[in-house]
Amino acid sequence: MRILIVVAAVIALGAGATAYALRAPQEVSVATEAGPVELTSGRLVFVDEASGKVASVPLSDTSRPRRVSSLSCKRFYTAGGQGLCLADASGPLPGSTAVFVDRGLGERRRVEVAGVPNRAKLSADGRMASWTTFVTGDSYAQAGTFSTRTAIFDQQTEVYASNIEGTAVAGVKTVNDMNFWGVTFASDDRTYYATLSTAGKTYLIQGDAVDESAKPLRENAECPSLSPDGKRVAFKKRVPGDGARPWRQHVLDLTTMVETPLAETRGIDDQVVWLDNDTIAYGLPGEGIWAVQANGEGAPRQLVPHASSPSVALG
Amino acid sequence: MYIATARQAPASGGTGRIAGNVLALGAVSLLTDVSSEMVTAILPLYLVLGLGFSPLQFGVLDGIYTGVTALVRVAGGHAADRWQRRKFVAGLGYGISALGKLGLLAAGTSATAMGLVLAGDRTGKGLRTAPRDALITLSSEPSALGRAFGVHRAMDTVGAFLGPLLAFCLLWTLPARYDVVFVVSFCFAALGFLVLVLFVRDHRDVLPRVAVSLKSAFGLLRSRPFRRVCLVACGLGFLTLGDGFIYLLLQKKLDVELAYIALLPLGTAGVYLLAAVPLGSLADRVGRWKIFLAGHVALLGAYVLLAGVSGISLLVGVLVLHGLFYACTDGVLMAVAGPMIPDELRTSGLALLQTGQVLARAASSVLFGALWTWFAW
Repeated sequence: MRILIVVAAVIALGAGATAYALRAPQEVSVATEAGPVELTSGRLVFVDEASGKVASVPLSDTSRPRRVSSLSCKRFYTAGGQGLCLADASGPLPGSTAVFVDRGLGERRRVEVAGVPNRAKLSADGRMASWTTFVTGDSYAQAGTFSTRTAIFDQQTEVYASNIEGTAVAGVKTVNDMNFWGVTFASDDRTYYATLSTAGKTYLIQGDAVDESAKPLRENAECPSLSPDGKRVAFKKRVPGDGARPWRQHVLDLTTMVETPLAETRGIDDQVVWLDNDTIAYGLPGEGIWAVQANGEGAPRQLVPHASSPSVALG
Repeated sequence: MYIATARQAPASGGTGRIAGNVLALGAVSLLTDVSSEMVTAILPLYLVLGLGFSPLQFGVLDGIYTGVTALVRVAGGHAADRWQRRKFVAGLGYGISALGKLGLLAAGTSATAMGLVLAGDRTGKGLRTAPRDALITLSSEPSALGRAFGVHRAMDTVGAFLGPLLAFCLLWTLPARYDVVFVVSFCFAALGFLVLVLFVRDHRDVLPRVAVSLKSAFGLLRSRPFRRVCLVACGLGFLTLGDGFIYLLLQKKLDVELAYIALLPLGTAGVYLLAAVPLGSLADRVGRWKIFLAGHVALLGAYVLLAGVSGISLLVGVLVLHGLFYACTDGVLMAVAGPMIPDELRTSGLALLQTGQVLARAASSVLFGALWTWFAW
C-alpha cells in the first residue's frame, strides 16, 4: 500500500513537472522582414529575444520590421565592420564561446571560454576585443562565491590575455578577490576603461592592455562605456535601495571628472552603448532596448521591443 | 532457499542487516539531497544572471545563515527530545525545505523575499539533521552503528552526486529555464518528505520519564567522554578548510579550465560514497575513534599534497584523500557520540555536537577567507 502511494506520487509529480517544463513559453511575436543581417552603416544590431539570434533594424527608424540572422548569441557587439558574438557553449557544463564574425556574420575565429556569457565589446576599429564571463564552478561546495573572468584579445598581434586578473592596479594591493569586468577601449587600441571590484567596493579603472597595468579613477562605478569622442564614460553607479538592480546610469566627463545622472531611473544592469555623442542605448530585461540622452535631460524611449545587447554598425 | 538461509546467518562483525528505518532515512536523504544540490549548483547563476543580483550581495547573504542554523539546530534537537518526537521535527525540516523550492519561484526579483526563502531553507536543514541522526542511532544495533551511518551517508551522497548533474542537464536541454529546475527540485523534495512520512518510524520505546530541559541538554557536556568528543570535533573542525577552498587551491595549482572545477566535488563525492560503508564497518571493528582520527590524517595528507605535488597525482591524490576524510569522519563521529548520550537526550546531544562543529568550521572559513582575500597566493 505504502509502495503504491509512492509510485502514484512519482507518476503524479513526474507528469506535473514534465507538463510544466513543456508548457510553451509565452510566444513572442515580432515583425520580421526577409533579408541578410549585415554589419553595415546605419543599422542597429541586437540579439532578438524571440529567437536568440542576431538581428538588425535601420537606425533611422527602429520601429521597422527586423531582419533576423541564423547566428545565436547571448551577447553581441559590432564595430568597424566586425562582430563579436558571445554564445553559450554547447555542453551541459556552463561555458562560453567567443565567435568573431565578418560583415556578413561569417565566422572568422572562435575562442572557447570558461564561464557563462556576460559582456562583449570591440574597439571602434574592431581590432581589440574583450569579453567577460561569470564563473561559478566552486559555488558547488560554497554557495556565494562568484567571480568574473575578463579577456582581452588583440586581433592584429593575436596576443590573448584569457584573464586580466593579473593586471597591476596602482595604489591597490594585489589580492585574490580582485575581479575585473566590462572593458571599453579607447581609439588608440591600447588604453581601456573597466570595472575593478575588490574588498566589497567597485572602481572605474583606466588600463593599458600592453603594459598590463591600470590606475583607479573613481570609486563606485561599473560597466563603463566610452563615448565615440573619447571624452566621456557612461557607467552604472550603485545607489541605495532594495531590489535586484540597485543601479543608476551616470555619465562622467573625463576632463572635469564631473558626473551627471541620466534621466533613466530604472536600474540598468548592462554595459550601455553610445548611438552617437549625445545618446546612449541599453537593454532592460523583458522590456527591450531603450535610449536616453547622455546629458541627463529628456526621457528614455523604447527603440526595439523583445531585444537586448544593442550596438551600432557605423563603419 | 539458499539466499534465505544465507540471510539467516547471525549478524557478526558489522555484516548484519541494516535496519529498515535506516534505509528509509537513507532514501529520504538521497531524494532531499538531489533536490537541494540541484538548487545549490545553479543558484548563483540564477541570482546573478537570471535576476541581476550583484555577486557581492549574494555572498553576504550566505554568511549570515550559518549563525541562524546553529540556533535552530539546538532548539530543534531540544524540541524533539522534550516531546520525544524526532520524526515530527525532522519532517518539519524536510517539509520547510521542500516548500522553499516553490518559494524560490515565488520570490521573483525581490532581494528581501529571496533572503527569507533561503533562510527558510537553511532553517529546514538545521532542524532535520540532528533528529535524523538520532533516529539512526536509536534504530541500529550499537555494535553496527558505524556501518549503519556508512549506509545512510552513502545513500545521501548518491543524491549529492546526482543533483548537480541533473540540474546542469536540465539547463542544457532547456536553456535559462531556472524555473523548471526549481519545479523538478520541489518534486524530489516532496517525494523525500512522502517517504519519510510513510516509511520512517519514530522510536517509541518507553523511556524513563525524566524532565528534558535545555539545562539537561547542556548538562551532557559534564560527561567527560562526550565533552572530549565535542572538544576534539570542534578543534579539528576549526583546522578543516572549507571544501570550496580545497577546490580553489586545486584549480589554481593545476591550472585546469575553470569550467571543470564544477566536476571536482564529484570526485570527492564518488570516493565518499564508495568508501562510506566499508569504512563504517571497519570503524565498528577496530574502533570508531581511530577511524575518525585517521580521516583527519587523510585530510592532512591532502593538504601536504596541495603544498608539494603537482599534475595528475595531485588531482587524484587530493580527491581520494578528501573523499576518504568524509567517509572516515562524517557518519563515524555520530556513531562515536551516539552511544554516549542517554536515549531521551539523544537528539539534543547530537545537535549540540553538530552545532559546535558547524560553528568551528564557519569560524575557520571566515578566517581563511579573510586570509585568502587579503593575500595574493
